Amino acid sequence: MKTRIPITVLIAALMFFAGYAALFIAPDESTMHQIQRVFYFHLSSWMAMFSALSLAFLANVAWLVTRNPKWDWLGVASVEVGVVSCTAGLITGVLWGRPAWGIWWTWDARLTTAFILWLLYISYLLLRGLIEEPQRRASLSAVFGIFAFLDAPLVYFSNRLWRTQHPSPVILGGQNSGLDPTMGKVLLVCMVAVMGVMILVLIDRYRLERLRHELDELRLAADARAANPNSAVTKGAL
Amino acid sequence: MTTARAAATLLVKELRLEFRTRELLNTTIVFALVVVVLFSFAFDPTAVESRRYGPGLLWIAFLFAGSLMLHPSFAREQSNQTLDALRMAPMSPFSILLGKMLANLIFLSLSELILVPVFAVLYNVSLAGVVGRLALVLVLGTTGIVIAGTVFSAIASHARMRELLLPLLLLPILAPLLIAAVEATASLFAEQPGLDSTWLAFLAGFDIVFLTASWLLSDFLLEE
Repeated sequence: MKTRIPITVLIAALMFFAGYAALFIAPDESTMHQIQRVFYFHLSSWMAMFSALSLAFLANVAWLVTRNPKWDWLGVASVEVGVVSCTAGLITGVLWGRPAWGIWWTWDARLTTAFILWLLYISYLLLRGLIEEPQRRASLSAVFGIFAFLDAPLVYFSNRLWRTQHPSPVILGGQNSGLDPTMGKVLLVCMVAVMGVMILVLIDRYRLERLRHELDELRLAADARAANPNSAVTKGAL
Repeated sequence: MTTARAAATLLVKELRLEFRTRELLNTTIVFALVVVVLFSFAFDPTAVESRRYGPGLLWIAFLFAGSLMLHPSFAREQSNQTLDALRMAPMSPFSILLGKMLANLIFLSLSELILVPVFAVLYNVSLAGVVGRLALVLVLGTTGIVIAGTVFSAIASHARMRELLLPLLLLPILAPLLIAAVEATASLFAEQPGLDSTWLAFLAGFDIVFLTASWLLSDFLLEE
Protein backbone atom coordinates (compact mmCIF):
# COMPACT_ATOMS: atom_id res chain seq x y z
CA MET A 1 0.00 0.00 0.00
CA LYS A 2 2.86 2.38 0.79
CA THR A 3 4.22 2.26 -2.73
CA ARG A 4 0.85 3.05 -4.27
CA ILE A 5 0.87 6.81 -3.79
CA PRO A 6 4.34 7.40 -5.26
CA ILE A 7 3.54 5.12 -8.21
CA THR A 8 0.25 6.93 -8.85
CA VAL A 9 2.02 10.30 -8.73
CA LEU A 10 4.73 8.98 -11.04
CA ILE A 11 2.21 7.75 -13.61
CA ALA A 12 0.23 10.98 -13.39
CA ALA A 13 3.42 12.94 -14.05
CA LEU A 14 4.28 10.63 -16.94
CA MET A 15 0.80 11.13 -18.39
CA PHE A 16 1.20 14.93 -18.24
CA PHE A 17 4.58 14.67 -19.89
CA ALA A 18 3.15 12.36 -22.57
CA GLY A 19 0.42 14.92 -23.34
CA TYR A 20 3.02 17.68 -23.54
CA ALA A 21 5.30 15.56 -25.73
CA ALA A 22 2.51 14.64 -28.14
CA LEU A 23 1.41 18.26 -28.49
CA PHE A 24 4.72 20.16 -28.50
CA ILE A 25 7.75 17.89 -28.81
CA ALA A 26 6.68 15.58 -31.64
CA PRO A 27 7.49 17.07 -35.08
CA ASP A 28 4.73 18.25 -37.41
CA GLU A 29 3.42 15.53 -39.71
CA SER A 30 3.89 16.38 -43.41
CA THR A 31 0.35 15.74 -44.72
CA MET A 32 -2.01 15.78 -41.74
CA HIS A 33 -0.24 18.40 -39.56
CA GLN A 34 -1.69 19.05 -36.10
CA ILE A 35 -4.49 16.51 -36.22
CA GLN A 36 -1.98 13.69 -36.48
CA ARG A 37 -1.01 14.33 -32.85
CA VAL A 38 -4.10 12.51 -31.63
CA PHE A 39 -2.52 9.35 -33.05
CA TYR A 40 -0.09 9.03 -30.10
CA PHE A 41 -3.01 8.45 -27.76
CA HIS A 42 -5.14 6.67 -30.34
CA LEU A 43 -2.62 3.88 -30.87
CA SER A 44 -1.83 3.72 -27.14
CA SER A 45 -5.54 3.25 -26.33
CA TRP A 46 -5.75 0.34 -28.74
CA MET A 47 -2.65 -1.21 -27.22
CA ALA A 48 -4.26 -0.90 -23.79
CA MET A 49 -7.54 -2.36 -25.05
CA PHE A 50 -5.83 -5.26 -26.75
CA SER A 51 -3.77 -6.09 -23.65
CA ALA A 52 -6.76 -5.75 -21.31
CA LEU A 53 -9.06 -7.93 -23.41
CA SER A 54 -6.38 -10.58 -23.95
CA LEU A 55 -5.86 -10.61 -20.18
CA ALA A 56 -9.64 -10.97 -19.75
CA PHE A 57 -9.64 -13.95 -22.10
CA LEU A 58 -6.82 -15.63 -20.18
CA ALA A 59 -8.59 -14.89 -16.88
CA ASN A 60 -11.84 -16.39 -18.23
CA VAL A 61 -10.09 -19.60 -19.28
CA ALA A 62 -8.19 -19.71 -15.98
CA TRP A 63 -11.42 -19.34 -13.98
CA LEU A 64 -13.04 -22.25 -15.80
CA VAL A 65 -9.99 -24.45 -15.26
CA THR A 66 -9.01 -23.56 -11.68
CA ARG A 67 -12.23 -22.16 -10.09
CA ASN A 68 -10.13 -19.70 -8.15
CA PRO A 69 -12.29 -16.56 -7.63
CA LYS A 70 -9.22 -14.40 -8.21
CA TRP A 71 -9.51 -15.11 -11.93
CA ASP A 72 -13.11 -13.98 -11.95
CA TRP A 73 -12.14 -10.69 -10.31
CA LEU A 74 -9.33 -10.25 -12.82
CA GLY A 75 -11.74 -11.05 -15.66
CA VAL A 76 -14.27 -8.36 -14.79
CA ALA A 77 -11.57 -5.82 -13.91
CA SER A 78 -9.80 -6.25 -17.23
CA VAL A 79 -13.01 -6.19 -19.27
CA GLU A 80 -13.96 -2.87 -17.67
CA VAL A 81 -10.54 -1.42 -18.37
CA GLY A 82 -10.74 -2.81 -21.92
CA VAL A 83 -14.12 -1.16 -22.52
CA VAL A 84 -12.80 2.18 -21.26
CA SER A 85 -9.69 1.96 -23.48
CA CYS A 86 -11.91 0.96 -26.40
CA THR A 87 -14.10 4.01 -25.80
CA ALA A 88 -10.99 6.22 -25.73
CA GLY A 89 -9.75 4.64 -28.97
CA LEU A 90 -13.11 5.09 -30.70
CA ILE A 91 -13.44 8.75 -29.62
CA THR A 92 -9.88 9.71 -30.63
CA GLY A 93 -10.44 7.87 -33.93
CA VAL A 94 -13.68 9.73 -34.66
CA LEU A 95 -12.02 13.07 -33.84
CA TRP A 96 -9.22 12.26 -36.26
CA GLY A 97 -11.51 10.89 -38.98
CA ARG A 98 -13.49 14.07 -39.52
CA PRO A 99 -10.57 16.31 -40.63
CA ALA A 100 -8.48 13.51 -42.20
CA TRP A 101 -11.16 11.57 -44.09
CA GLY A 102 -13.90 14.20 -44.15
CA ILE A 103 -16.26 11.84 -42.33
CA TRP A 104 -16.69 11.02 -38.66
CA TRP A 105 -17.13 7.33 -39.14
CA THR A 106 -16.71 4.66 -41.80
CA TRP A 107 -17.56 0.97 -41.64
CA ASP A 108 -14.02 -0.16 -42.18
CA ALA A 109 -12.67 -3.49 -40.86
CA ARG A 110 -10.75 -2.08 -37.91
CA LEU A 111 -13.43 0.44 -36.94
CA THR A 112 -16.20 -2.12 -37.19
CA THR A 113 -14.23 -4.71 -35.22
CA ALA A 114 -13.56 -2.19 -32.46
CA PHE A 115 -17.19 -1.16 -32.34
CA ILE A 116 -18.49 -4.75 -32.27
CA LEU A 117 -15.96 -5.61 -29.55
CA TRP A 118 -17.16 -2.60 -27.56
CA LEU A 119 -20.77 -3.78 -27.88
CA LEU A 120 -19.86 -7.38 -26.97
CA TYR A 121 -17.96 -6.44 -23.83
CA ILE A 122 -20.68 -4.00 -22.77
CA SER A 123 -23.03 -7.00 -23.06
CA TYR A 124 -20.59 -9.01 -20.95
CA LEU A 125 -20.83 -6.39 -18.19
CA LEU A 126 -24.63 -6.27 -18.52
CA LEU A 127 -24.78 -10.07 -18.29
CA ARG A 128 -22.78 -10.00 -15.07
CA GLY A 129 -25.18 -7.51 -13.58
CA LEU A 130 -28.16 -9.73 -14.35
CA ILE A 131 -27.03 -13.01 -12.77
CA GLU A 132 -27.37 -13.28 -8.99
CA GLU A 133 -25.40 -16.35 -7.96
CA PRO A 134 -21.66 -15.55 -7.85
CA GLN A 135 -20.48 -18.99 -9.06
CA ARG A 136 -22.90 -19.10 -11.96
CA ARG A 137 -22.20 -15.48 -12.85
CA ALA A 138 -18.49 -16.22 -13.03
CA SER A 139 -18.87 -19.35 -15.18
CA LEU A 140 -21.45 -18.03 -17.62
CA SER A 141 -19.73 -14.70 -18.12
CA ALA A 142 -16.43 -16.53 -18.64
CA VAL A 143 -18.04 -18.68 -21.36
CA PHE A 144 -19.50 -15.57 -22.99
CA GLY A 145 -16.15 -13.77 -22.72
CA ILE A 146 -14.41 -16.62 -24.52
CA PHE A 147 -16.98 -16.56 -27.32
CA ALA A 148 -16.64 -12.77 -27.62
CA PHE A 149 -12.86 -13.03 -27.88
CA LEU A 150 -13.10 -15.77 -30.53
CA ASP A 151 -15.51 -13.59 -32.50
CA ALA A 152 -13.04 -10.69 -32.82
CA PRO A 153 -10.85 -12.19 -35.60
CA LEU A 154 -13.97 -13.35 -37.45
CA VAL A 155 -15.41 -9.82 -37.37
CA TYR A 156 -12.10 -8.45 -38.57
CA PHE A 157 -11.63 -10.83 -41.48
CA SER A 158 -15.23 -10.62 -42.66
CA ASN A 159 -14.99 -6.83 -42.83
CA ARG A 160 -11.57 -6.94 -44.38
CA LEU A 161 -12.85 -9.18 -47.16
CA TRP A 162 -15.77 -6.85 -47.57
CA ARG A 163 -14.56 -3.24 -47.44
CA THR A 164 -11.72 -1.38 -45.82
CA GLN A 165 -10.51 2.21 -45.64
CA HIS A 166 -8.34 2.51 -42.51
CA PRO A 167 -4.74 3.53 -43.25
CA SER A 168 -2.47 0.49 -43.25
CA PRO A 169 0.11 0.35 -40.49
CA VAL A 170 2.89 2.91 -40.89
CA ILE A 171 5.16 1.13 -38.45
CA LEU A 172 6.46 -2.26 -39.64
CA GLY A 173 4.36 -1.81 -42.79
CA GLY A 174 7.03 -2.84 -45.30
CA GLN A 175 9.36 -0.67 -47.39
CA ASN A 176 9.27 3.14 -47.11
CA SER A 177 7.40 2.78 -43.83
CA GLY A 178 8.63 3.83 -40.46
CA LEU A 179 8.34 6.70 -38.07
CA ASP A 180 10.46 9.78 -37.53
CA PRO A 181 12.77 8.96 -34.55
CA THR A 182 11.34 11.76 -32.37
CA MET A 183 7.82 10.61 -33.20
CA GLY A 184 8.82 7.09 -32.19
CA LYS A 185 10.09 8.30 -28.81
CA VAL A 186 6.95 10.35 -28.14
CA LEU A 187 4.83 7.35 -29.08
CA LEU A 188 6.78 5.17 -26.66
CA VAL A 189 6.27 7.68 -23.82
CA CYS A 190 2.53 7.83 -24.57
CA MET A 191 2.24 4.06 -24.65
CA VAL A 192 4.06 3.62 -21.35
CA ALA A 193 1.89 6.33 -19.75
CA VAL A 194 -1.40 4.92 -21.03
CA MET A 195 -0.44 1.36 -20.10
CA GLY A 196 0.60 2.62 -16.66
CA VAL A 197 -2.81 4.21 -16.13
CA MET A 198 -4.47 1.04 -17.36
CA ILE A 199 -2.54 -1.18 -14.95
CA LEU A 200 -3.20 1.18 -12.06
CA VAL A 201 -6.95 1.23 -12.69
CA LEU A 202 -6.93 -2.53 -13.23
CA ILE A 203 -5.29 -3.16 -9.86
CA ASP A 204 -7.77 -0.87 -8.11
CA ARG A 205 -10.75 -2.45 -9.83
CA TYR A 206 -9.46 -5.91 -8.92
CA ARG A 207 -9.13 -4.87 -5.29
CA LEU A 208 -12.66 -3.48 -5.32
CA GLU A 209 -14.02 -6.73 -6.70
CA ARG A 210 -12.19 -8.71 -4.00
CA LEU A 211 -13.61 -6.48 -1.27
CA ARG A 212 -17.09 -6.89 -2.75
CA HIS A 213 -16.65 -10.64 -2.68
CA GLU A 214 -15.54 -10.56 0.97
CA LEU A 215 -18.49 -8.35 1.89
CA ASP A 216 -20.92 -10.75 0.17
CA GLU A 217 -19.47 -13.69 2.09
CA LEU A 218 -19.72 -11.85 5.42
CA ARG A 219 -23.33 -10.91 4.65
CA LEU A 220 -24.23 -14.48 3.79
CA ALA A 221 -22.62 -15.76 6.99
CA ALA A 222 -24.39 -13.07 9.06
CA ASP A 223 -27.73 -13.94 7.47
CA ALA A 224 -27.21 -17.61 8.17
CA ARG A 225 -26.32 -16.85 11.80
CA ALA A 226 -29.36 -14.62 12.26
CA ALA A 227 -31.59 -17.33 10.86
CA ASN A 228 -30.08 -20.13 12.89
CA PRO A 229 -28.10 -18.81 15.89
CA ASN A 230 -27.23 -22.19 17.42
CA SER A 231 -25.89 -23.92 14.34
CA ALA A 232 -22.31 -25.07 14.78
CA VAL A 233 -21.57 -24.58 11.11
CA THR A 234 -22.58 -20.93 11.03
CA LYS A 235 -20.75 -20.25 14.28
CA GLY A 236 -17.59 -21.49 12.66
CA ALA A 237 -18.11 -19.29 9.64
CA LEU A 238 -17.98 -16.07 11.61
CA MET B 1 -25.33 -43.49 -24.11
CA THR B 2 -23.19 -42.16 -26.91
CA THR B 3 -23.36 -38.44 -27.67
CA ALA B 4 -25.16 -39.03 -30.98
CA ARG B 5 -27.81 -41.31 -29.47
CA ALA B 6 -28.41 -39.05 -26.50
CA ALA B 7 -28.70 -36.02 -28.78
CA ALA B 8 -31.13 -37.91 -31.02
CA THR B 9 -33.28 -38.84 -28.01
CA LEU B 10 -33.39 -35.23 -26.90
CA LEU B 11 -34.14 -34.10 -30.46
CA VAL B 12 -37.16 -36.42 -30.60
CA LYS B 13 -38.37 -35.01 -27.27
CA GLU B 14 -37.98 -31.42 -28.50
CA LEU B 15 -39.79 -32.17 -31.75
CA ARG B 16 -42.63 -33.96 -29.98
CA LEU B 17 -43.02 -31.06 -27.56
CA GLU B 18 -43.09 -28.52 -30.36
CA PHE B 19 -45.40 -30.35 -32.75
CA ARG B 20 -47.98 -30.87 -30.02
CA THR B 21 -48.66 -27.13 -29.97
CA ARG B 22 -46.57 -25.64 -32.80
CA GLU B 23 -46.59 -22.38 -30.84
CA LEU B 24 -42.89 -21.66 -31.42
CA LEU B 25 -43.10 -22.22 -35.18
CA ASN B 26 -46.32 -20.27 -35.62
CA THR B 27 -45.13 -17.21 -33.72
CA THR B 28 -41.69 -17.26 -35.38
CA ILE B 29 -43.12 -17.45 -38.89
CA VAL B 30 -45.64 -14.68 -38.28
CA PHE B 31 -42.99 -12.50 -36.64
CA ALA B 32 -40.56 -12.93 -39.55
CA LEU B 33 -43.40 -12.17 -41.97
CA VAL B 34 -44.16 -8.93 -40.11
CA VAL B 35 -40.49 -7.91 -40.37
CA VAL B 36 -40.46 -8.65 -44.13
CA VAL B 37 -43.65 -6.66 -44.69
CA LEU B 38 -42.44 -3.72 -42.60
CA PHE B 39 -39.25 -3.51 -44.67
CA SER B 40 -41.35 -2.81 -47.77
CA PHE B 41 -42.21 0.56 -46.19
CA ALA B 42 -38.57 1.34 -45.49
CA PHE B 43 -37.59 1.29 -49.18
CA ASP B 44 -39.28 1.09 -52.57
CA PRO B 45 -39.55 -2.64 -53.33
CA THR B 46 -38.86 -2.57 -57.09
CA ALA B 47 -36.87 -5.41 -58.66
CA VAL B 48 -33.64 -3.35 -58.78
CA GLU B 49 -33.92 -2.08 -55.22
CA SER B 50 -34.88 -5.53 -53.93
CA ARG B 51 -31.78 -7.04 -55.47
CA ARG B 52 -29.73 -4.50 -53.56
CA TYR B 53 -31.47 -4.62 -50.18
CA GLY B 54 -33.24 -7.98 -50.34
CA PRO B 55 -30.43 -10.21 -49.03
CA GLY B 56 -29.84 -7.96 -46.03
CA LEU B 57 -33.54 -7.76 -45.30
CA LEU B 58 -33.94 -11.50 -45.47
CA TRP B 59 -31.05 -12.21 -43.09
CA ILE B 60 -32.04 -9.48 -40.65
CA ALA B 61 -35.47 -11.10 -40.52
CA PHE B 62 -33.88 -14.54 -39.85
CA LEU B 63 -31.55 -13.11 -37.22
CA PHE B 64 -34.36 -11.37 -35.35
CA ALA B 65 -36.62 -14.38 -35.67
CA GLY B 66 -33.81 -16.64 -34.44
CA SER B 67 -32.96 -14.43 -31.47
CA LEU B 68 -36.59 -14.55 -30.35
CA MET B 69 -37.20 -18.20 -31.17
CA LEU B 70 -34.08 -19.50 -29.43
CA HIS B 71 -34.94 -17.94 -26.10
CA PRO B 72 -37.49 -20.59 -24.96
CA SER B 73 -35.03 -23.37 -25.84
CA PHE B 74 -33.53 -23.30 -22.34
CA ALA B 75 -35.92 -20.89 -20.63
CA ARG B 76 -38.77 -23.42 -20.75
CA GLU B 77 -36.58 -25.98 -19.00
CA GLN B 78 -36.43 -23.59 -16.05
CA SER B 79 -40.08 -23.41 -15.04
CA ASN B 80 -40.35 -27.02 -13.80
CA GLN B 81 -36.65 -27.54 -13.12
CA THR B 82 -36.53 -29.98 -16.04
CA LEU B 83 -33.00 -28.88 -16.82
CA ASP B 84 -31.89 -30.55 -13.57
CA ALA B 85 -33.56 -33.74 -14.75
CA LEU B 86 -31.74 -33.50 -18.07
CA ARG B 87 -28.45 -32.98 -16.25
CA MET B 88 -29.06 -36.07 -14.15
CA ALA B 89 -29.80 -38.18 -17.21
CA PRO B 90 -26.91 -40.39 -18.36
CA MET B 91 -25.86 -38.03 -21.14
CA SER B 92 -23.01 -35.58 -21.61
CA PRO B 93 -23.75 -31.84 -21.41
CA PHE B 94 -22.69 -31.51 -25.03
CA SER B 95 -25.33 -33.99 -26.15
CA ILE B 96 -28.01 -31.87 -24.42
CA LEU B 97 -26.68 -28.86 -26.29
CA LEU B 98 -26.43 -30.77 -29.56
CA GLY B 99 -29.97 -32.13 -29.31
CA LYS B 100 -31.33 -28.64 -28.75
CA MET B 101 -29.20 -27.20 -31.56
CA LEU B 102 -30.56 -29.79 -34.01
CA ALA B 103 -34.15 -29.12 -32.92
CA ASN B 104 -33.64 -25.35 -33.29
CA LEU B 105 -32.01 -25.89 -36.67
CA ILE B 106 -35.11 -27.76 -37.82
CA PHE B 107 -37.47 -25.08 -36.45
CA LEU B 108 -35.60 -22.15 -37.96
CA SER B 109 -35.12 -23.96 -41.30
CA LEU B 110 -38.84 -24.71 -41.47
CA SER B 111 -39.62 -21.03 -40.87
CA GLU B 112 -37.17 -20.08 -43.65
CA LEU B 113 -38.73 -22.63 -45.97
CA ILE B 114 -42.00 -20.73 -45.70
CA LEU B 115 -40.51 -17.26 -45.57
CA VAL B 116 -38.18 -17.41 -48.60
CA PRO B 117 -40.91 -18.08 -51.23
CA VAL B 118 -43.11 -15.39 -49.68
CA PHE B 119 -40.18 -12.98 -49.81
CA ALA B 120 -39.50 -13.87 -53.47
CA VAL B 121 -43.10 -13.15 -54.42
CA LEU B 122 -43.42 -9.91 -52.43
CA TYR B 123 -40.09 -8.46 -53.59
CA ASN B 124 -39.98 -9.69 -57.20
CA VAL B 125 -36.84 -11.74 -56.74
CA SER B 126 -36.44 -14.69 -59.09
CA LEU B 127 -35.23 -17.80 -57.32
CA ALA B 128 -35.44 -20.13 -60.34
CA GLY B 129 -32.04 -21.65 -61.02
CA VAL B 130 -30.48 -20.77 -57.68
CA VAL B 131 -32.65 -22.83 -55.31
CA GLY B 132 -29.99 -25.48 -54.61
CA ARG B 133 -27.21 -22.97 -54.01
CA LEU B 134 -29.49 -20.74 -51.93
CA ALA B 135 -30.39 -23.75 -49.79
CA LEU B 136 -26.68 -24.34 -49.14
CA VAL B 137 -26.18 -20.73 -48.00
CA LEU B 138 -29.32 -20.90 -45.85
CA VAL B 139 -28.23 -24.13 -44.16
CA LEU B 140 -24.73 -22.86 -43.37
CA GLY B 141 -25.99 -19.48 -42.15
CA THR B 142 -28.83 -20.94 -40.10
CA THR B 143 -26.47 -23.47 -38.51
CA GLY B 144 -24.29 -20.59 -37.31
CA ILE B 145 -27.27 -18.68 -35.87
CA VAL B 146 -28.49 -21.80 -34.11
CA ILE B 147 -25.12 -22.86 -32.64
CA ALA B 148 -24.39 -19.47 -31.08
CA GLY B 149 -28.07 -18.92 -30.23
CA THR B 150 -28.51 -22.19 -28.35
CA VAL B 151 -25.37 -21.58 -26.29
CA PHE B 152 -26.44 -18.04 -25.43
CA SER B 153 -29.96 -19.21 -24.69
CA ALA B 154 -28.43 -21.43 -21.99
CA ILE B 155 -26.45 -18.45 -20.66
CA ALA B 156 -29.38 -16.01 -20.74
CA SER B 157 -31.81 -18.45 -19.12
CA HIS B 158 -30.07 -17.93 -15.76
CA ALA B 159 -30.24 -14.13 -15.90
CA ARG B 160 -32.92 -11.63 -15.12
CA MET B 161 -34.42 -9.82 -18.15
CA ARG B 162 -33.47 -12.85 -20.22
CA GLU B 163 -35.86 -12.08 -23.09
CA LEU B 164 -34.02 -8.83 -23.71
CA LEU B 165 -30.60 -10.18 -22.87
CA LEU B 166 -30.45 -12.93 -25.50
CA PRO B 167 -30.70 -10.62 -28.57
CA LEU B 168 -28.17 -8.34 -26.87
CA LEU B 169 -25.64 -11.15 -26.50
CA LEU B 170 -26.42 -12.88 -29.78
CA LEU B 171 -26.82 -10.18 -32.42
CA PRO B 172 -23.39 -8.50 -32.15
CA ILE B 173 -21.58 -11.83 -32.12
CA LEU B 174 -23.39 -12.83 -35.32
CA ALA B 175 -22.13 -9.72 -37.18
CA PRO B 176 -19.51 -11.65 -39.21
CA LEU B 177 -22.08 -14.33 -40.04
CA LEU B 178 -24.53 -11.66 -41.20
CA ILE B 179 -21.94 -10.12 -43.54
CA ALA B 180 -20.97 -13.48 -45.03
CA ALA B 181 -24.55 -14.73 -45.41
CA VAL B 182 -25.77 -11.46 -46.95
CA GLU B 183 -22.87 -11.32 -49.41
CA ALA B 184 -23.33 -14.96 -50.43
CA THR B 185 -27.07 -14.42 -50.89
CA ALA B 186 -26.47 -11.20 -52.83
CA SER B 187 -24.20 -13.04 -55.25
CA LEU B 188 -27.14 -15.38 -55.94
CA PHE B 189 -29.69 -12.57 -56.38
CA ALA B 190 -27.48 -10.73 -58.90
CA GLU B 191 -28.49 -10.54 -62.56
CA GLN B 192 -25.87 -13.15 -63.39
CA PRO B 193 -26.12 -15.37 -60.33
CA GLY B 194 -22.89 -16.99 -59.25
CA LEU B 195 -22.09 -18.29 -55.80
CA ASP B 196 -19.17 -16.58 -54.08
CA SER B 197 -17.24 -19.51 -52.60
CA THR B 198 -15.15 -17.28 -50.28
CA TRP B 199 -18.23 -16.39 -48.26
CA LEU B 200 -19.44 -19.97 -48.28
CA ALA B 201 -16.10 -21.05 -46.82
CA PHE B 202 -16.32 -18.26 -44.28
CA LEU B 203 -19.77 -19.42 -43.16
CA ALA B 204 -18.53 -23.00 -42.83
CA GLY B 205 -15.53 -21.73 -40.84
CA PHE B 206 -17.78 -19.74 -38.50
CA ASP B 207 -19.91 -22.83 -37.86
CA ILE B 208 -16.86 -24.99 -37.14
CA VAL B 209 -15.25 -22.45 -34.76
CA PHE B 210 -18.45 -21.95 -32.77
CA LEU B 211 -19.38 -25.63 -32.67
CA THR B 212 -15.90 -26.55 -31.43
CA ALA B 213 -16.00 -23.83 -28.78
CA SER B 214 -19.43 -24.93 -27.58
CA TRP B 215 -18.24 -28.54 -27.42
CA LEU B 216 -15.24 -27.51 -25.30
CA LEU B 217 -17.29 -25.22 -23.06
CA SER B 218 -20.48 -27.30 -22.74
CA ASP B 219 -19.48 -28.72 -19.32
CA PHE B 220 -19.24 -25.21 -17.84
CA LEU B 221 -22.35 -23.99 -19.60
CA LEU B 222 -24.66 -26.58 -18.06
CA GLU B 223 -23.02 -27.08 -14.66
CA GLU B 224 -25.07 -26.82 -11.51
